[in-house]
Amino acid sequence: MDNSGRADAIVRFEHISMQFPTVLANDDISLDIRRGEVFALVGENGAGKSTLMNILYGLYQPTGGALYVKGKKLANHSPGQAIAAGIGMVHQHFMLVPSFTVAQNIMLSREPRRSRFFYDFRAAEARVRDLVREYGLAVEPGARVSQLSVGLQQRVEILKTLNRGADVLILDEPTAVLTPQETDELFEVIRRIVREKQMTVIIITHKLYEVMAISDRVGVMRAGRLVGVHDTRSVNERMLASMMVGREMLFSQLDRADTQGEAAIEVENLQVLDDRGLCAVNGISLSVRRGEILGVAAIEGNGQSELAEAICGLRPLRGGDIRVLGRSIRGQTPGQIRAIGLSHIPEDRLSTGVSTPASISDNLLAGKQRRREFALGGLHLRRRAIHAYAQKIFEKFDIRGAGVDAPAASLSGGNMQKVVVAREFSFDSPVLIVAQPSRGVDIGAMEFIHRCIIEKRNAGCAILLISADLDEVFRLSDRIVTLYEGRVTGRFPAGGIKKADIGYYMTGHRQQEASV
Amino acid sequence: MSDILNLGLLQNTLRTATPVILAALGVLMTDHVGIMNIGMDGMMLTSAFFAVVGSYYLGSWVGGVAAALIAGLLLGIFFAVFVIKFRSDEFIIGVALNIFAGGLTVFLLRSMFGVKGAFSSPDIVGLPTFSMPWLEKIPVIGPLLNENTLLVYVSWLLVALCWALIYRTPWGFWLRAAGEHPESLRSAGISPEKMKYEASLLCGVFAGLAGAHLSLGYLTMFTENMSASRGFIAVACVIFGASNPPRVFAAALLFGFIDALGMRLQSVGFNSNLTSMAPYVVTVVMMVLVVLRANHRKKKLARA
Repeated sequence: MDNSGRADAIVRFEHISMQFPTVLANDDISLDIRRGEVFALVGENGAGKSTLMNILYGLYQPTGGALYVKGKKLANHSPGQAIAAGIGMVHQHFMLVPSFTVAQNIMLSREPRRSRFFYDFRAAEARVRDLVREYGLAVEPGARVSQLSVGLQQRVEILKTLNRGADVLILDEPTAVLTPQETDELFEVIRRIVREKQMTVIIITHKLYEVMAISDRVGVMRAGRLVGVHDTRSVNERMLASMMVGREMLFSQLDRADTQGEAAIEVENLQVLDDRGLCAVNGISLSVRRGEILGVAAIEGNGQSELAEAICGLRPLRGGDIRVLGRSIRGQTPGQIRAIGLSHIPEDRLSTGVSTPASISDNLLAGKQRRREFALGGLHLRRRAIHAYAQKIFEKFDIRGAGVDAPAASLSGGNMQKVVVAREFSFDSPVLIVAQPSRGVDIGAMEFIHRCIIEKRNAGCAILLISADLDEVFRLSDRIVTLYEGRVTGRFPAGGIKKADIGYYMTGHRQQEASV
Repeated sequence: MSDILNLGLLQNTLRTATPVILAALGVLMTDHVGIMNIGMDGMMLTSAFFAVVGSYYLGSWVGGVAAALIAGLLLGIFFAVFVIKFRSDEFIIGVALNIFAGGLTVFLLRSMFGVKGAFSSPDIVGLPTFSMPWLEKIPVIGPLLNENTLLVYVSWLLVALCWALIYRTPWGFWLRAAGEHPESLRSAGISPEKMKYEASLLCGVFAGLAGAHLSLGYLTMFTENMSASRGFIAVACVIFGASNPPRVFAAALLFGFIDALGMRLQSVGFNSNLTSMAPYVVTVVMMVLVVLRANHRKKKLARA
């Protein structure tokens, strides 16, 4: 453990422990954060990174240990006291009021006044303009937050913490919602405030190449423990990954068989409305052949969710047509489309992927409950056969939990996702719609799910993959299409575009002339 | 025709609109913090009763208004504690308040005054009326703006004050943040619950004023269920006016006009059962318009 930074430690954790009713989320963590460094905190989901930062920010009180900021002990502190001590945190979900302007959000609770009672709007905007100039974070003070891109909203969040006098900035998975270009801009901002303003930045992430790109030092957490603190220069991504999961297994090559066949999903000039009645999919045409994975790369809200829902029959077609295995699905119910030979891993497993109060075995059974082997005469459920079947799947997919009779809600995110994957893949449908298969799951589960998807591809399935994780899209896809505002902006074979360039197509800054 | 459309009609408009305006200001305060207070009707009714009690026993309209304010405030606190602290459903608490108010006022009417249905007495002091002599010379406007009771003028002032408070002071921004995105307010160091309490208490104050105007404004008496669902009309006005005080004011005036028109038609021989439906029919039409407007906006966005 590195303890050489004792003298210039701006934040010190001493033997911090956090015991939740059922989990020990932080286990005897001692760590110094040095003034003026960028410290990356990495680990799998549930490793305890966010818990540790929430303790620093005063949202949780640790059950053991002590916390020092600038040499002063903080105990039983509230977020307000953490802010006063110079700690600022940008949460994953932004703390912004959508209908207020940038200035009104930044100045919230610190509004300048006129005649004691009235809000001095001009002074507020002037103050924000000063901040923008001082830190070089360009954003228009009078713009309404609801009309800003996610990247700009994040900037507003950072300005808000700076305005409150923060000199230690905690960023909780800041790049999860950003395009590659926005990520680069964010890193530029971080470097500048560290260099010019002597800020200290703690960044929580699970993207290892970002750790390498931005941090001075990196701390790795696993199962509530801090398993190592290193100078970033002395490690590489592979070492960090194996420290995170405790075993060397990752980023191995996926074997691809050459099996491409006839088109199984054909989408022709499709138009679909979103929940607000706006045109979310605006003339998309694409096709997926058997034995092929087509990856859709798009920033959230550009029509990819509606595209997947339309193919599955969950959303009516406004124009155009979709054919699955040669048959038009216009006017078909989701059940009828499934019967043609389609399975769907929905993007939000909690609301549409599983029934959380139902048992794991019921969740695994769903969709097969009328099959003769599980139901006598299609009516009376054969509990023993169902249990045996669920048990078999449970083991095959390496689901870790308290047995098949436990409620699905008792599973962690990664294992819940395995239940969804196990159920959908066991229909043996030739067409798969896979949305956000590894969102919020740890690296171990992600690796497993990726292998399942490739196996299906090699067995001749046509797979449409939709993911906000560009690494995932690049790793799995045979071809990639980019969407922007409901239109296809680019079509690329795997290896035909670099990760650094694809962001231009995802933001509509570039567009291929002719669609293939 | 001049029997129907005359000065009296406009005077009646102001008179019937005033309790709705005051009640609507209370409802819009809680609406801004994300609480829909459908218990306003019961809060008004209870306040109206205690306004009569205060005025009768203390022998002054000030005592009446004070008693109404205290009653409104207590109900506001009751509502706030259940909805904010115990996180009960605001609609259930609102319905409970309405039922409770109906029962309580009938019970107290009998036990305190020994009467059924209505209580009136020369000892109940009504609200004073005001006149500005220099206005008298102007036709229509003069008689319209003169000879109104105190709370009519107060309600106009409050509309302007509420607008300034909500849109031009830091407090108003905290209020709206508490309703729209409470966590952002909390992370700025201000408790959204505190804002919700303050809005609920203000709502109680407005309910008290609305009740006082109801029973001391023109009639100086209390009758069972005399709020006649004006609390619900106020809720409709708040929705129609998007919680913006001047717009809500306009909606309440429209309601008052229709109500007055109904009474007028009755006096020239229309069936009273039909005419007393008018304000409620208008409310339904208003709600349909709100939905149509929202849909239209959506379609416009879709075309863009």
